[in-house]
Amino acid sequence: MSNSEVIREGVVGGRPGREATVGVNQANGGDRRRRRGERPMVPPAEFRSYYGQPILNPPVWAELDIAGYLFLGGLAGASSLMAGAAALTGRRGLARSAKVASAAAGVLATGALVHDLGRPSRFYNMLRSFKPTSPMSVGSWLLAGFVPAALGAAASDVTGRLPGVGVLASGVAAGLGPAVATYTAVLVSDTAVPAWHEGWRHIPVLFAGSALTAAGGVGLIGAPLAQGGPPLALAAAGAAAELAAAHRMQSGMGVVADAYNSGPARRMLRAGQALTAVGLAGGLASRRRSRLGSAASGLVLLAASACARFGIFRAGMESAGDPRYTVVPQRERLSRRRSP
Amino acid sequence: MTVTVAPSPTGAPAPKPAPAEPAAGAGYPEHPPRMGFFTDTSICIGCKACEVACKEWNHVPEDGLCFTGMSYDNSGGLGADTWRHVAFIEQRRPLAGQEANLAHAGGGDLRWLMASDVCKHCTEAACLDVCPTGALFRTEFSTVVVQEDVCNGCGYCIPACPYGVIDQRKDDGRAFKCTLCYDRLRIGMEPACAKACPTDSIQFGAIDELRARAERRLQQLQGAGVGEARLYGEDPADGVGGAGAFFLLLDEPEAYGLPPDPVVTTRDLAAMWRRAALSATGMALTVAAVFLGGRR
Repeated sequence: MSNSEVIREGVVGGRPGREATVGVNQANGGDRRRRRGERPMVPPAEFRSYYGQPILNPPVWAELDIAGYLFLGGLAGASSLMAGAAALTGRRGLARSAKVASAAAGVLATGALVHDLGRPSRFYNMLRSFKPTSPMSVGSWLLAGFVPAALGAAASDVTGRLPGVGVLASGVAAGLGPAVATYTAVLVSDTAVPAWHEGWRHIPVLFAGSALTAAGGVGLIGAPLAQGGPPLALAAAGAAAELAAAHRMQSGMGVVADAYNSGPARRMLRAGQALTAVGLAGGLASRRRSRLGSAASGLVLLAASACARFGIFRAGMESAGDPRYTVVPQRERLSRRRSP
Repeated sequence: MTVTVAPSPTGAPAPKPAPAEPAAGAGYPEHPPRMGFFTDTSICIGCKACEVACKEWNHVPEDGLCFTGMSYDNSGGLGADTWRHVAFIEQRRPLAGQEANLAHAGGGDLRWLMASDVCKHCTEAACLDVCPTGALFRTEFSTVVVQEDVCNGCGYCIPACPYGVIDQRKDDGRAFKCTLCYDRLRIGMEPACAKACPTDSIQFGAIDELRARAERRLQQLQGAGVGEARLYGEDPADGVGGAGAFFLLLDEPEAYGLPPDPVVTTRDLAAMWRRAALSATGMALTVAAVFLGGRR
């Protein structure tokens, strides 16, 4: 249709209509609101959007796969770390249960990630390059090192074979464990999803705490009663870190905090906090007394950690699907820049 | 028919020293000038020829023949199967000498904004940064393209995009978006949407030239009293280092479904890694303290 030709050297034959001065005869000469008075210093509580449509395309990640992965990855990483420390301090029973849990969670987590791919048969393309700018690439390489190590550590411990390899594998898994448990914070924060990106300072602490809570739960479930002290202490420390980080995050993110304080995200996070309290109290009450009580408390702590991850996942989805969470903070940023 | 010929690069004033183009940083020692779009929405007539041309040329599947209720918009927004999206905004405000002859309940006139949206081909492209497979790459024209034979559908690019451009094709699993007609560019042709645009609302060319042209057009409109005309995405100092596809808008960006101040998420990435490393260290120290410091 167009007579204009655009070649690499430039445009030839532009259309005359390109110069049409639309709005030239406008009676009131443009935007009335802008004419009258000054730009507002504080953006209005209301915001504008295109028919309420989200600005972002929300993540296509399946909740069970990816929120589940956040939980399992944290559990696996922290459990390997705990297993290493337990083995070093002679707590064989605790070490074994933590190694087994870590290997199982690591395999399940990897399975969830592959399952979530649009083209699962191309999962190996994850190792096609190493890109520090892509937390998912970094995570793929981490898992490629961690999961075999965790599997080897567990297999050697359970079967009693190749103890030297087992110690080495356990060391590798324990070394990579903290990275596996916390890189996922960068994974979610390194997106335009407001609830995740705005929380980038605090989500790593939150995830580390949640992972320790889960590892503590694993220890309470699997370790002999006499070795239940350290897992309970880990769970308590993790819970404290998680709670503090969640509080600091939400108090510093303005309107985006609403994504955490409403709907299913809020219910999930509240449930997680309640379960944490119940699990810690139960663990303390049944300490050195009740095997069953200890295991039940451990399960509750696992559920608490899962709730936290699913809650954060839901908050992200909520914030990506509502233009308010994209427009209002950006408008606030613009007005701060214009009137320092 | 009068045809205004835009100044060719040879006739234009000497270009100011431009910052290095993204293609140079992506490993093309020699490359053509950065190419992109200037979409002047003030002369868009909402014909959707761009949407159709894009679909035909790129074999983009149907994106849902549905009634959205959003004026004449029936494609909703950019996605895996919508690489050009024409937004329609009906406002009860006067526009020029237009005689709409329409009686609205609220009285007043009708102003109808139309704008063809597209991938911004950012200077700092988050989708490209976060792609773990290397499926997304920077072309020699400094545009951003997905290699469909590499993409494994991890979906990371989708929430990374601050504009909501790229998306997953559900029945395929992979991510798709505008390629700025990479195949056409390579043989010296302009992208299908720009070629089909009957009013030259979509203008294709070298970025430096388009920026200068956009600035002239802005002056022209503002000089004519259209105070609300503004450029969007043309500034290399903005949150994405300047878009390779930028716009002249007649209202605030968010009215068109565009973010008012997008920032590439990877700007904070180094600090994020530091926080994660700190947290990982904290985890290890906590475990050490509990196991080594406490009682057996």
